[in-house]
Amino acid sequence: MQTEVKAFLRRHGLLAGFGLFLISVALSADAFLTPGNIFDVLRQVSITGVMAVGVTFVVITGRLDLSVGSLLTLLTVIVVDQHNTSGPAMAILITLAAGIGVGMFNGVLVGLVGLNALIVTLAMLSFLQGLVLFYSGGSNVNVQNAQTTWFAVFGRHDLLGVPVPALIFLVTAVIAAFVLNRTVFGRQVFAVGGNETASRFSGIASRWTVFWAYALSGLTTAIAAVIMGSRVMGAQNTIGQGYELTVLAGVILGGTSLLGGSGSIWRTVLGITMLGFIQNGLLLLGFPYYVQWLVTWAVIILAVWIDLGAKRGRILA
Amino acid sequence: MSATTSITKAGGHSSVARLLMRNHIWVFLALTVVVFSASSPYFLTVNNLGNVLTQAAFIGILAIGMTMVMIDGEIDLSVGAILALASALAIGLQDHIGIWPAVFVGLLSGAALGFLNGTLVALSGMHSFIVTLGGLIGIRGLVFIYTGEDALMVSDFSYTDYPEIYLGPVSLTAMIFIALALFFQWILSSTRHGRETYAIGDNIDAAHDAGINIKRHKIINFTLCGALAAIAGILLSMRLGTAEPNAGKVWELWTIIAVVLGGTRLQGGYGSMWMTIGGVLTLAVLRNGLRLLNTPNYVELMVMGTVLVLALLIDKLLSRQEA
Repeated sequence: MQTEVKAFLRRHGLLAGFGLFLISVALSADAFLTPGNIFDVLRQVSITGVMAVGVTFVVITGRLDLSVGSLLTLLTVIVVDQHNTSGPAMAILITLAAGIGVGMFNGVLVGLVGLNALIVTLAMLSFLQGLVLFYSGGSNVNVQNAQTTWFAVFGRHDLLGVPVPALIFLVTAVIAAFVLNRTVFGRQVFAVGGNETASRFSGIASRWTVFWAYALSGLTTAIAAVIMGSRVMGAQNTIGQGYELTVLAGVILGGTSLLGGSGSIWRTVLGITMLGFIQNGLLLLGFPYYVQWLVTWAVIILAVWIDLGAKRGRILA
Repeated sequence: MSATTSITKAGGHSSVARLLMRNHIWVFLALTVVVFSASSPYFLTVNNLGNVLTQAAFIGILAIGMTMVMIDGEIDLSVGAILALASALAIGLQDHIGIWPAVFVGLLSGAALGFLNGTLVALSGMHSFIVTLGGLIGIRGLVFIYTGEDALMVSDFSYTDYPEIYLGPVSLTAMIFIALALFFQWILSSTRHGRETYAIGDNIDAAHDAGINIKRHKIINFTLCGALAAIAGILLSMRLGTAEPNAGKVWELWTIIAVVLGGTRLQGGYGSMWMTIGGVLTLAVLRNGLRLLNTPNYVELMVMGTVLVLALLIDKLLSRQEA
C-alpha cells in the first residue's frame, strides 16, 4: 500500500501538487476557476506553450535551443511586415518557411556538424536579434488594416467559446504527441537522447534526428509568431526577448530531463500551463506582480528536485 | 589508419604554430586590433584603449567567476540578476546605513545567493543550468520587488567619484578587473582549490575516487561567482550613479560568450583566466571598433554570433587533431 502511494506520487506528484494549488486558490479567489479566467490563462500560455512543444523534441535529444526567443521576435516582425506587403496567407507561409529554415540551420550546426548546442543557439540568439534590427530598420511594425483582416483569427477570436490560440496550442500538442509516441522519428528522438552511441550502432542516423528536432522547434516557433502577430497586430524589436527562458522553465517544470532520453509533450503542456495558472493565481490573490517570479524560482527547484529525488530513491545527491 | 594520419598531422606543426593555435583567441584579438587600427583613426589611441578596458571590466569580472564555475563543469545563469541586486542594494541602502555598509551588504547578497546556488547544485544533484535558470528568474523578481520598477538614484554624489581614479588611461574599475583576473589565475594554477577544480571538471568520478570533496569545491566556486557578480554590480552602480532593475539583463549570455570565445570548455576541466581575459577583450574590442566605424547596431550582434560559431569550429578542429 505504502509503495503504491509512493509510486503514484512519483508518477503524478507534480499533478497532485498542482491540483492542491488550484483548489486552494479557488477557495480564496472566486474569479479563479471560472471559464472566463481559465480561457484567459490558456490564451496567455498558448504562445510559450506552442514553442515549448517543439523545444521538447530538442530537449529529449539531449540538447538545448536558446534561440527561440530571438526567432520569435524575428518571425513576428516578418509576419506583420509581410502581412502589409504580401497579404495574410502569403505572410503565414513565408513565416513558417523562415522558421523551419532557421531551425534547419541550427540543426546543421548542432546535428550534422556536431557543435555544442548551448553555444550555437546562444550565437543564434545574438545573430537573429541582429537580423531583426536589420530587417525592421530599428522601428516597430504594425498591421495596417488590423480591424478588418482575417489574420485576427489566430490571436483574437474564439471558436465555440474557446480562444483560437488555445485551440492551436491543443492541436499542436496532440500532433506532436502523436509524432513523438507513435512514429519511427519519435522513437528515434528518445533513442538518440537516451544513448547516442547505442542509437548510432542500432542504425539510427542520429545526426539527422537532431537536425529534424531543431527544424520542428523552428516550425513551432513560427506558429507561435503567427499567434503573437495576430494578437498584438504589431511587433517591437524585443517582443520575444526572454521567451527562451520561460519556454525552458515550462519544459523543465514538466519533468523533461535536460540530459535527454525522457520527457513527454503532455508533461510540457502541464508545465507551461502550471506556470500560467500559478502566475494568474498569485495575481488574483493580490500578491505584487513580481512575487510570481520568486514563486516560479521555488517551484522549478522543488519540482525538479523532488522528481530527481524520487527517481534516485533519496533526496540528497 | 585515420588515427595515424592525424598523429602525423599534429606532429607536423612546429611548436610555435601549436602555441598560436592553442591561444587562438589572442591571435584573433591581435588581428582585430590591427584591422580596427587601420580602418579608424580613433581606435588606436591611449584614451580609447583605456575606455575599452573599462567597458570590458564589467563583463570581465562576471567572466572570472563564470570561468571558475565552468572549469568545474557547471554554469551560472544568474550572474546578471545578482549584479542587479547588488547594485540596487548598494545604492538603495546607503541613505540608511552609510555608503560602505551598503556596499558590504550588496557584496554579501551576491556571495549568499552564489552560496545558495552552489548548495542547491551540490545537495540536490540537479544540473546547475536548471538551478541558476530558476535563480535568474527569481533573483530578478527580488530586484523588482526591492526597487519597485524605478531606477534608484544616489543622493550623495561622492559615491560616483570612487571609480574616477586613473592610473594613466587605466581606470580603477579596469585595475580591479585585471587584479581579480590575476588573483584568480593564481588560485587556479597555484592552490589546491584550483587544481581540484580542474580535476572535478575533467573527470568527476575520478576526482571523487581520489578523495576530492566535490561538493565543497562546487559550493566555493558558486559563492565566488556570486561575490564577483556583486562586485561588478557595485562598480556599475558607482559608475552610473543609478541602479536600474533591468541592469545586467542578458549579461549572463554575453559572459558565457566571452568565456567560451576565450577557449574555456563548457564540458569542464579545461580553461584559464588568460583565455577568459582574451575572450573578454576580444568582445570589447569588437564592440568598440564596430561602433567607431559607425556600423549599425545589428552588425555587432551578427558579427558576435558568427565569431562565436567560428570559435567553436576552430575548437572542434583543434581537439580532433589532438585526439
